[in-house]
Amino acid sequence: MNARTSQKTPRPIGEDVPRVDAREKVTGAAQFADDLQFGPGLLYARIKRSPHPHALLKKVDVSRARKLPGVKAIVTGEDFPGFIGLYLQDRYIFCRDRVRYVGDPVAGVAAVSEEIAEKALELIEVEYELLPGVFDPEYGASPEAPLLHPDLGKYEAVNFIFPEPGSNISNHFKLRRGDPEAAWKECAAIVESVYRIPHIQHVPLETHIAVARVDMDGKVKLWGSSQSPFAQRNLIAKALNISQSDVQVIAPFVGGGFGSKAGVSMEALAVAIASQVRGRPVKLRLTREEEFYTAFVRQGMVAHFKMGCDQAGRLLAMENSYYWDGGAYTEYGVNITRAAGYSCTGPYHVPNVRADSYCVYTNHPVGGPMRGFGMPEMHSGLEQCIDELAEKIGMDKVAFRKLNCIKTGDTVVTGMTMHPTGLEQCIVKAADASGWGHKDPPMAPFKRRGKVIAVMWKAPAMPPNAGSSSEVLLNEDGTVTVKVGGQEIGQGSFTIAAQVAAATLGVPYESVRVSGPLDTDTSPYEWQTVASRLTWSMGNAVAAAARDARQQILDMVAESWGESADDLDIVDGNVISYKSEESLPLKNIVIYGLPKPNDQGWIGGPVVGRGNFMPTYVTGLDAQTGQGPRAVVHYTTGAQAVEVEVDLETGRVEVLRGVTAFDVGKAINPELVRAQMEGGFVQGMSTALFEALQLKEGVVQNPSFVDYRIATSADAPGEIQSIIVEVPQEDGPWGARGIGEHPMVPTIPAIANAIYDAIGLRPGAPPYSSEKIYLLMQEAGLVE
Amino acid sequence: MAIHSITLTVNGFSEQVEVPSNLTLLQLLRDKLALTGTKNGCTAGECGACTVILNGEAVNSCMVLAVECQDAEVLTVEGLAQSGALDPIQTSLIEEGGVQCGFCTPGILMSAHALLQRNPAPSEADIREALVGNLCRCTGYLRIVEAIQKAGKKRLQIAAGGVS
Repeated sequence: MNARTSQKTPRPIGEDVPRVDAREKVTGAAQFADDLQFGPGLLYARIKRSPHPHALLKKVDVSRARKLPGVKAIVTGEDFPGFIGLYLQDRYIFCRDRVRYVGDPVAGVAAVSEEIAEKALELIEVEYELLPGVFDPEYGASPEAPLLHPDLGKYEAVNFIFPEPGSNISNHFKLRRGDPEAAWKECAAIVESVYRIPHIQHVPLETHIAVARVDMDGKVKLWGSSQSPFAQRNLIAKALNISQSDVQVIAPFVGGGFGSKAGVSMEALAVAIASQVRGRPVKLRLTREEEFYTAFVRQGMVAHFKMGCDQAGRLLAMENSYYWDGGAYTEYGVNITRAAGYSCTGPYHVPNVRADSYCVYTNHPVGGPMRGFGMPEMHSGLEQCIDELAEKIGMDKVAFRKLNCIKTGDTVVTGMTMHPTGLEQCIVKAADASGWGHKDPPMAPFKRRGKVIAVMWKAPAMPPNAGSSSEVLLNEDGTVTVKVGGQEIGQGSFTIAAQVAAATLGVPYESVRVSGPLDTDTSPYEWQTVASRLTWSMGNAVAAAARDARQQILDMVAESWGESADDLDIVDGNVISYKSEESLPLKNIVIYGLPKPNDQGWIGGPVVGRGNFMPTYVTGLDAQTGQGPRAVVHYTTGAQAVEVEVDLETGRVEVLRGVTAFDVGKAINPELVRAQMEGGFVQGMSTALFEALQLKEGVVQNPSFVDYRIATSADAPGEIQSIIVEVPQEDGPWGARGIGEHPMVPTIPAIANAIYDAIGLRPGAPPYSSEKIYLLMQEAGLVE
Repeated sequence: MAIHSITLTVNGFSEQVEVPSNLTLLQLLRDKLALTGTKNGCTAGECGACTVILNGEAVNSCMVLAVECQDAEVLTVEGLAQSGALDPIQTSLIEEGGVQCGFCTPGILMSAHALLQRNPAPSEADIREALVGNLCRCTGYLRIVEAIQKAGKKRLQIAAGGVS
């Protein structure tokens, strides 16, 4: 008998099903952009780049290079007058009048081989008039600094970005709440500190790559390693002044993105070069060295914190200023500044706040989105100050955070009411799992052990109306093809899409495929694969499309059976009736329909479900106060505990163990959630211990894996415990919200606080290299 | 540039190819033999994405010249699965969730294969050491280490005629 199940969560939601892309990735079958074949017509591009951090571009002479046999096209800024940029259009494709960082593209060459293209670059003669540079964001924001973008006032910007023309400040986010001046008088303890955070690089294992072809009729086709094929289509079309429908972006699997492959960076260069050699595909592949300083980097930052609490430990006020080192162009970076502005207090309830977040032009590499989008940088200093404040008022550090952390129904710093959140649960669970209150002795007499906790919050930072869409197609054998525009960058988005479709439709997970590669001509629209927004936003779109397909099937079968669709269901790939006990497999009927009785024709037709999702409730914020009813769609919150040992003889910091607890609303695939928590923890640990782009007068000193070290298998901690907390998100699929970026947000301050716990010294700016910690201990007289 | 005619065995097939003196094994595999499973992450022997097995040893194929491979035996990720059946390293990596973006995966698989060939029952420390030249930015390594340990056990079971 067909019985209705009372199960609230249908299969395979909440199940650890294997990734849909795993098999192709372990066999070498998975295709990445560099694996696509373009035949003998393929040309290779190289870029002539500025060796100067700031200079006027006086002359670019390509005449000698043009004569080199094998060279097929050379382009310069003269050929492309249009601006490009996501939130602020402040960038030309190739420099036209001025260069602003070491690596700024001045000219591009396409040739029959990479060697010839490289040789042609040497023949391009460029005349510069050197200008003084800006290499510090606080100096850059001052009136004394040379202006890097005199035309800032003329640039097109979205309406939530506030540039200050006549200065180097490309966005100033202001937050004013309550009366901090009055509140300081009520404070029993106040902490004031300045924290710096260095530039780092995303270091995807696959460098940026783009292949562009511009047809004889002007249509553009771009294949690339991209988190954002639709954003690229849009921005490239605008920059070239052509229709979006004449730009097609095809994006296979991405070999690591972490934000660096969002928006547009080097892809526009490939398109511009290809436009001068029509019909020929042109391939531009960044070398590892170029990846380190010409792709997006994570912005550096200088943060001034002041925070105070009363005798009971309640936070009363914060006054924070964030000076972001935005680099030469801040078309994307301006929104990082904004995100840090509206989230400026961290996940705490603070009644009196004054915060200023400045995006400052400098002559450094271009700052862009990176996993966490401003939050790891901001929390890095903030959570160290909280640690200090708890100690100053004499409270247990976990108790202090539990008392002050943001809770369901609280008014957050922008005036928005906090949705249901499990932050307090995360704190308690992480602390308990870490054995809070108990510390094992160090493993050797020359080692010191430290253990602490740090917390975080992060909201998707995006335009208020970033949308998703999906199509669900049924095949002859009853299998399902899900089409999405969101990218698989390793986080498991395709697997989530398959699980959501399977659960909504009522078919086995194994019978669902996700269509790839993404193709803007055939894939449904997705704003970008960023902001940890896909499980939530794209997940909603896939669920809507699957519901649509399901309804089409049920209506058809109901008509055939003479029943109401409400009495029917799809279970395990079969349409069943709870009333008549009928049952029918999806096979064939989802394409060919069903015959009417007595050979009187047919009903139904190929099933195509369509669905979309777009948040409609996010409001603007007041430009002077940062206040508004709903600043963001939601916040994912969490806590991390770490245990470290510091070696007094070498200064080496060893992370013994990590505990992470995040409120993901609902884990659609718990193993994928845990994989994000572990991977994010180790990436955060890597940035805490090893990583910094060493910049000297705008020149990156360490653009290689030898000089820029990331965590290896030998550095990974012995154990990472991942705890999933589930307080449902009201508008997420089965309550899910994102988790991709969050696990690396609290890791730097957690490790910094653990170092303090171990040796009693605050290590300041990361990375906490052995050398740095040893010198710190030596200076303090802790070691000889 | 001098062109050399060499013969070598790749994934069990004999190949005769014409290679210029400066062509790397990585370029030979990817550009001439269309074996694009082997990845190029740095072209400098620093990231391990291009790891293949050359005469039984794991090497960075971007650091080996093709002309050095006369009569060599090369195994790439495409040759790891035997007639469609995945190797235990591949199945374990899937089961333990050791795959994310997948770009480092072929190199990791080959380093793991070389390790298990010379040390069928490696300790956790052995595995971490064997993988130190294979950078992974996604996973944090722990699941990969577990997968290799599990794969070693599975291989031993298979060799002993146990369950496959």
